[in-house]
Amino acid sequence: MKRVITGNQAVAYGVILSRVDVISAYPITPQTTIVEELSELIASGRLKTKFLKVESEHSAMAALIGASTGGVRTFTATSSHGLAYMHEMLHWASGARLPIVLVNVNRALGAPWNIWGDQSDSLSQRDTGWIQLYCENNQEVLDTIVQAYLIAETVRLPVMVVLDAFVLSHTAEAVEIPSIEEVDSILPPFCPDYPIDTQEPRAYSVITTPDYFLEFRYKVQKAMEQVPEVAKKVDDEFKARFGRGYGAIERYGKEGAKVLLMTSGTVTSTSRTVIKKLVEKGLSVAGIKIKRFRPFPSEEICEAIQGAKKIAVIDRNLSAGVGGIFAQELRASLYSREERPPVFGFVSGLGGRDITPELIEEAIQYTMEHPQPEGDIVWLGLKR
Amino acid sequence: MIEIRFHGRGGQGAVVASKVLAVAFFHEGLYVQSFPAFGVERRGAPVMAFLRLDKEPILLRVNIYKPDHIIVLDPTLIRAVDVTSGLKPNGWILINSGHSPETFNDLKDFRIATVDATSIAIRNGLGSRTNPIVNTAILGAFSKASGLVGIDSIALSIREETPGKKNENAKAAREAYEEVKF
Repeated sequence: MKRVITGNQAVAYGVILSRVDVISAYPITPQTTIVEELSELIASGRLKTKFLKVESEHSAMAALIGASTGGVRTFTATSSHGLAYMHEMLHWASGARLPIVLVNVNRALGAPWNIWGDQSDSLSQRDTGWIQLYCENNQEVLDTIVQAYLIAETVRLPVMVVLDAFVLSHTAEAVEIPSIEEVDSILPPFCPDYPIDTQEPRAYSVITTPDYFLEFRYKVQKAMEQVPEVAKKVDDEFKARFGRGYGAIERYGKEGAKVLLMTSGTVTSTSRTVIKKLVEKGLSVAGIKIKRFRPFPSEEICEAIQGAKKIAVIDRNLSAGVGGIFAQELRASLYSREERPPVFGFVSGLGGRDITPELIEEAIQYTMEHPQPEGDIVWLGLKR
Repeated sequence: MIEIRFHGRGGQGAVVASKVLAVAFFHEGLYVQSFPAFGVERRGAPVMAFLRLDKEPILLRVNIYKPDHIIVLDPTLIRAVDVTSGLKPNGWILINSGHSPETFNDLKDFRIATVDATSIAIRNGLGSRTNPIVNTAILGAFSKASGLVGIDSIALSIREETPGKKNENAKAAREAYEEVKF
């Protein structure tokens, strides 16, 4: 069934279709309507999911850590300050190897106050041991939630699904909504390894001395290293069932292009129109969409950029003192390669300012005209 | 691609109007993208909502700066905000007003249509006399004036998308379809 729904409604559908057992969340703009939608369904009895009301995001994640340890499928959603407030619990969820799925609607962090789209919230959680998947449209949002449970429950790591504030969360477009039976056919019930069982009492996450802590983290890393293969298998099976697949990255535009543009989230969607127009004009340009940020798809990117002379990256985020975070990760991925095209790190659209086709074209133009960028950051659309 | 901008006041239902119109176009086989002005809405303050439609999938994910058509839910906005900002020449401006289109001759670069959506809403018991809900009536008028979308698609969408008084809302749209002046 195809319906015109917002990105936040697509999240709610993804959660319903994944037969989530326990939800705990605290409202924050622009995530609020996800929780409104789900809690209304639960209150009216149409959705048999347990909703745990909490006084903060920190408690929401703590509640899910308990529920997931108990052996049930769990979900939460947040944004910005809410995600930051969860921070220590995010580490705990991955360390305890709990397959929790969290939706983060990207929003800037204050000060100054801002409720609009900016990836600094999710990217500042990049070292918490969570898999991170970014979405480009509402269909991808729904599909990614189902895929997230499949990946999380296979590798035993939590997954953060990320969508842009307003541009997806509050924007309605047509989305194909699969039936719950169709989703059941690829998403089996969650089978925990060590559920809480009073007949077989266990202790969980007890104090672990330096003798063993390193090995616990080694196993988290090994689980992360399984993700590319597992995620590919999940995506292939999803595509075989529903006809839609996404990959860790996607290359589009001209074959063998000299200049590449790397983007994530909805900026990719707008970039597709720009790249199409420039290729039709005869320019040697192509785009690379990054869907999976953690683990970073270095292998896939290095394969996709072969032959490129320059790479432009547009970051809607800033690690002050360094620059855009996607550009930084790309530079790190390229270092051990023989082929190292210069990376042009554009920073734009912070706090929800539009990244227009004109700005994207300006970034590509700049990259074509300059042999090297004039610094680690090239500001795009900055008022001076 | 066609881009439409709605002007209303917080609480009048401009965002819902954009969604209902989107679903009407969706029923006619078009790709649609409907969104509010991304901000903090307050009851009574000027608000905007937007709609894109196309025969191809819509990839553009930015604000609408140069709309093809404008729908104004509150006539007092004509003098309060720059409703024609970026409007393409020859675009429609549909205004909720009991006056004739000639009253708005200062907007002569554009095609003007008027409909008394407020009276139609009150007559059909939509909202209150002081705060009538005009968003469904105005869409019936848009169907007739623009010729872009059928009144049956509008009525079907209203039934699907409005939370209550589905018959009254659909009837209001059909009455506006008959009464719009342009």
